[in-house]
Amino acid sequence: MCDRCQKTLLLKALLTNLKLMNKVPLFPTGPIHKVEGTCIYLTGNDIDTDRIIPARFLKCISFDDLGKSVFADDRIEQKGLHPFDQIKNQKSSILLVDKNFGCGSSREHAPQALMRWGIRAIIGQSFAEIFYGNCLSIGIPCASISESCIKSLTKAIEFKPELLFTLDIDLEQIICEHQSWPLKIELGMREMLLSGKWDATTNLLQEKEQINRIKNSIPYINDFN
Amino acid sequence: MSSETLYDKIWDLHRVRELTGGSTQLFVGLHLIHEVTSPQAFSALEEKGLSVHSPDRTIATVDHIVPTTNQARPFADPLAEQMLQTLESNCKKSGIELFNLGSGYQGIVHVIAPEAGLTQPGMTVACGDSHTSTHGAFGAIAFGIGTSQVRDILASQTLTMKKLKVRRIFFDGELQKGVFAKDLILHVIQKLGVKDGVGFAYEFAGPAIKKLSMEERMTICNMAIEGGARCGYINPDQVTFDYLKGRRYSPKGANWDLAIKWWESLCSNESAIYDDEIKFNASEIAPTVTWGITPGQSIAINSTIPNPASLDPGEQQIALEAYQYMDLSPDRSIEGLPIDVCFIGSCTNGRLSDLQIAAKIAKGKKVAQGVKAFVVPGSEKVAQEAEAEGLDEIFRNAGFEWRKPGCSMCLAMNPDKLENDQISASSSNRNFKGRQGSSKGRTLLMSPAMVAAAAISGCVIDVRKLFC
Repeated sequence: MCDRCQKTLLLKALLTNLKLMNKVPLFPTGPIHKVEGTCIYLTGNDIDTDRIIPARFLKCISFDDLGKSVFADDRIEQKGLHPFDQIKNQKSSILLVDKNFGCGSSREHAPQALMRWGIRAIIGQSFAEIFYGNCLSIGIPCASISESCIKSLTKAIEFKPELLFTLDIDLEQIICEHQSWPLKIELGMREMLLSGKWDATTNLLQEKEQINRIKNSIPYINDFN
Repeated sequence: MSSETLYDKIWDLHRVRELTGGSTQLFVGLHLIHEVTSPQAFSALEEKGLSVHSPDRTIATVDHIVPTTNQARPFADPLAEQMLQTLESNCKKSGIELFNLGSGYQGIVHVIAPEAGLTQPGMTVACGDSHTSTHGAFGAIAFGIGTSQVRDILASQTLTMKKLKVRRIFFDGELQKGVFAKDLILHVIQKLGVKDGVGFAYEFAGPAIKKLSMEERMTICNMAIEGGARCGYINPDQVTFDYLKGRRYSPKGANWDLAIKWWESLCSNESAIYDDEIKFNASEIAPTVTWGITPGQSIAINSTIPNPASLDPGEQQIALEAYQYMDLSPDRSIEGLPIDVCFIGSCTNGRLSDLQIAAKIAKGKKVAQGVKAFVVPGSEKVAQEAEAEGLDEIFRNAGFEWRKPGCSMCLAMNPDKLENDQISASSSNRNFKGRQGSSKGRTLLMSPAMVAAAAISGCVIDVRKLFC
């Protein structure tokens, strides 16, 4: 690698670190109605969680430091050209993807890494199931969008990367100054985000007696009676 | 909507209550935990001032990060050591049984639970690992979860889940000689794609499935997730009951007869309704090998790498990415492709019968020059049984390394990794870019028999040629 490339890479790394120290908004809490920010588009179907966060970064007992390693190998391969390294995207909070995003391993480290980089919502043509559930459980909305809409949306951000968007969960739309695109947010996800019940533990513990009733009625836990 | 399937019956039995937006609070009968996806869950529990609801329904083991050469503590890798220590301390504090290294019960989580008799028909099984679908082979609803859901289950023994649709995949005929369960599931994923199973549980059925052993059934359910299906299952039958009889956690005495009666009642009814049904003929399946960067990009050994023009438009972009990454071109055969590393192991194919068939092929032969070949048993028990049969000697004599149990190079979280752009013939489950520890490493998924044949030949070869 030439000196110039190396300097560019160092600069990018520095920018990323600055972003992580200063710019990452607070993590989601409570009811979530809207996500605001600029969009970052990552093209390609079947982007798996090994690519989102390679396994070597899973050697940790906390999610805290994962943000800087998101797409680590893809970013090295693309030498600064990866969307997550481009300067125009450094403040983006809405990730646009294609089909079957997040397939493969169940590692929650994948959405955690995205969240810690700064992503607060994902809009895509489709999502892998475990990834989708993991996003919901940390308060990251996953909204689906048609192929034609994602084309027109990405065209809009290509033309003007600084365009500010509002993802409105109640209206199921992504809106910018003059335009809006329809989204689909599954009823279950929508209600949980809007009510704040996506942080499930408390909600699940509300019916402790009922849990124990079920436990006491299951044959294999009760000598098959 | 499906009805009267095994999935529906187990779902109804474990339903605690309906939640807003069509989700269900579901009771989890068996929660399996390991060192990678549980530490943050325990921390979160502590932050919330909660304790583990049902330590009696939770079992832990260590598998992802363990070295397969020297397992002496402390591990050479301090991060790996820290992860195991954290697991040990969390289990001790919460009263959870840990199948630790050297206990005789340690191994890959999806190998140890079935072999201990923990996994049984009718259960809901959850684990912070996508290959939890493996346990569906026993007629259980088993699925992978993320760390937040591990936290939820630790806290309440329940989780929030949406009911899946059920697709029955029916196999007529029977697998031919030299064709294995791995080939069958790779074939299914090739035909249905890696996304088609999203939103479904897969019921694998038909005469070809009935003939399979439990270990073969586990291989199939293990890879349901690679086709997008979070659960895969097979209705329990005599093969299931024979496997379970006498295992450490299997029902004993009078409970055994009661258990069988109950297990039989769980099977999908003749009149069951499925959301979708697909048929395959198992007799037509050939040994199958992946050539690309998703488990759906595979071909029969005697066919050629597809031309983009022959692919669905949605598959073309990732095919182009795959040719480039794998340095392979369309229309060529995969047979004869030289390989650098051979890996036999993983939760897909690291069980005794997998090692037996690989040993049968390796016996009396030598690993080709320049090829690194190693065998990683799925558990300490598998290792013991294999050693009792002398399989370790057969492998060593042929030039394979005989390692200690763990996940190893399936995902390379331990020191077992590909280097640079090496090509591996691997009995594991994922051929994603960088999956085996090198960002340029290339993985060809195949059956353990095909991996052993590749090790001997130094290149991809149709194992049926070595059988003759």
